[in-house]
Amino acid sequence: MENLLFSIYPYIALTTFLVGSLIRFDREQYTWKADSSQLFEKEQLRKGSILFHIGVLALFFGHAGGLLTPHSWFLGLGISDMAHQYVAIIAGTIFGSICMMGGVILWKRRMNNQRVRANSHFMDIFILDWLLVTLAVGLLTIPLSFYHAINGDASAMVSLANWAQSVISLQANSTLLSEVGFLYKIHLFLGMSVFLLFPFTRLVHVWSVPLGYLIRPYQIVRSKYVRYR
Amino acid sequence: MKVRANFSLVFNLDKCIGCHTCSVSCKNVWTNRKGVEYAWFNNVESKPGIGYPQNWEDQEKWNGGWEMNKGKLELKSGSRRKRLRNIFMNPDMPLIDDYYEPFTYNYAHLQNSPLVEAAPTARPYSLLDGSQMDKIAWGPNWEDGLAGEFENRGKDTNFKDIEKQVYAEFENSFQMFLPRMCNHCINPSCVASCPSGAMYKREEDGIVLVDQDKCRSWRMCISNCPYKKVFYNWESGKAEKCTGCYPRVESGLPTVCSETCVGRIRYNGVMLYDADRISELASMDDTQDLYQAQLDIFLDPNDPEVIKQAKEDGIPESWMEAARNSPIYKMVVEWKVAFPLHPEFRTMPMVWYIPPLSPVQSQIDQGNLETAPDGVIPKLENLRMPIKYLANMLTAGKEEPVVLALKRMIAMRSYYRSLNVEGKTDLAVLKEVGLNETQVKEMYRYMAIANYEDRFVIPTSHEELRQEDPYAFQGQNGFSFGNEGCSISSKASLFPEKRKKMEHVMEFKPWQPAAKIADGENG
Repeated sequence: MENLLFSIYPYIALTTFLVGSLIRFDREQYTWKADSSQLFEKEQLRKGSILFHIGVLALFFGHAGGLLTPHSWFLGLGISDMAHQYVAIIAGTIFGSICMMGGVILWKRRMNNQRVRANSHFMDIFILDWLLVTLAVGLLTIPLSFYHAINGDASAMVSLANWAQSVISLQANSTLLSEVGFLYKIHLFLGMSVFLLFPFTRLVHVWSVPLGYLIRPYQIVRSKYVRYR
Repeated sequence: MKVRANFSLVFNLDKCIGCHTCSVSCKNVWTNRKGVEYAWFNNVESKPGIGYPQNWEDQEKWNGGWEMNKGKLELKSGSRRKRLRNIFMNPDMPLIDDYYEPFTYNYAHLQNSPLVEAAPTARPYSLLDGSQMDKIAWGPNWEDGLAGEFENRGKDTNFKDIEKQVYAEFENSFQMFLPRMCNHCINPSCVASCPSGAMYKREEDGIVLVDQDKCRSWRMCISNCPYKKVFYNWESGKAEKCTGCYPRVESGLPTVCSETCVGRIRYNGVMLYDADRISELASMDDTQDLYQAQLDIFLDPNDPEVIKQAKEDGIPESWMEAARNSPIYKMVVEWKVAFPLHPEFRTMPMVWYIPPLSPVQSQIDQGNLETAPDGVIPKLENLRMPIKYLANMLTAGKEEPVVLALKRMIAMRSYYRSLNVEGKTDLAVLKEVGLNETQVKEMYRYMAIANYEDRFVIPTSHEELRQEDPYAFQGQNGFSFGNEGCSISSKASLFPEKRKKMEHVMEFKPWQPAAKIADGENG
């Protein structure tokens, strides 16, 4: 079971994430969008969306940086495991809370605003629920990590990072997680599933962060003539 | 010099009767779908009034269009970075209630109602969530024919620098209609604001379009268009706008709003402009110079140098011919009777307006206006209202060009009146407004008679040259969204495209005479 969940499932999720996104982008680009509901409601969206996005972006990059940077690099930079763990706890608490506040506002808006609710896809509500549960479990692991930290024990964090790196280097090893608490494993499962669900939801807009806008000329002129040769 | 052609329109407001035929034909062709019921690519507003969406002209509120920022032309909504920072929530975007809540009536109730004392009524239902609405509070055409209190309509920003009360007292003496559509601007702010680069201007005819596949619903175009003519389709999550009826225009047909206009007020044609001078001419310091600046960007299709450059830039000969015969060029450049709508937005709009003469005429008829020594041309300069109002709308407040245009129209009428009634012509009147007899005859032909072939001079887009394999093109879908044209079943898609179905408020029962008799028997 452990092997299935943490050695095989990650690749199912990642493959679906990449291939699914590619197929959707290629075949169904008309459905590729952020799917804003701002036309219906603005005030709660202002609070909810901004908080949620700041939180979720920080969490994403925090997780990516913390988990995927090789252990030796941190040590090389003079960052001890304990320092790393405290940074992770503090940043995780701050941005997790911000994200949670935004998420709850967005959730209440989506469920209670009649117009937004009536025009939600099943998947819009489902993925929001899923993200919030993942986030909640993630926040619940913080006391556990804090308990580890005051006892000077960084092994759980190091194991998680080693496992994440083993997944990315295509040699996933679920035994690395044998000493890790149950709550972390639930969070891992929920988190991996976000990748699995990703191509089937509005989350695909994440791929389309329009950074190119900063450097393109303002006006775009297109010719109808496709120059073939 | 870089020569480009732009499909352009002129609306002769002097002849608009506000019948909304243009809006309705457009709606039936383009926006008769879920998600854009509230969107009117073409609408007709009664002026003075706040219009659709409410107060769209107030850019202090919406931050649409361009402005000069430290000597540089910049979108009024701020820098590129600022727009990206606002991507999670666009603070300038209108809500659907600023347009109106789309509704229908429960007509089925009229049929399904049991026998009751009072006649059954069809109550309004929201098309957004299917709920019953107590009251329809606003619509796309709420102020039609100056409906409602002046209190509300008086918020019209075109009253800038005018004693509003003076107007309010005489409000029955001045009303005009303003049909509006996408202006297919030379310097479109919607295109400039689109983070994903989905919006573009077509090189060949200047029509501004949204690439439906590339739109990511960042919704910046909605607020950055100062005319509020890009709409958010809440069903598909994509921006949609007036397409300039490009499938028709490509075949040399007028847009559907122009074709159906019963008052013959709409003109379609080609204008040539110099694409190298856009930013220079849109950057005038004084907004009142922007009207002249836009006249300066237009190129004379008879100028040999322009013809030579146009050839190098790949403008087909048929387009040059159309530019030479363009009704737009005559009205805009030669007679100077047409003006852009709010040039101060700096987008260089390509739908121009001939101001209405009726408010002036009514003043003349009431003897309120002193005339010049020739006894025909009134001293319009004394007529603060509606001249200032029209100038605020059409020339950023500069009155002289509007006065001249109105005088020219009066002179044309006077010339033909004397010709037809008195059998002689009065050339002094023409001289006063700087026209000659040939010009005024042409003006009469184009503006008063307005024959179909004079109104619409549209070259085809030479699709035959574009199609590599015209035979393979046969049988393809002309216009559809997403994979609608080729998927076997939209329900089988892995990726959710359509939202969950909304409740149908109308459920008609099939008519069954037998059942009806039974109903009657049961009382």
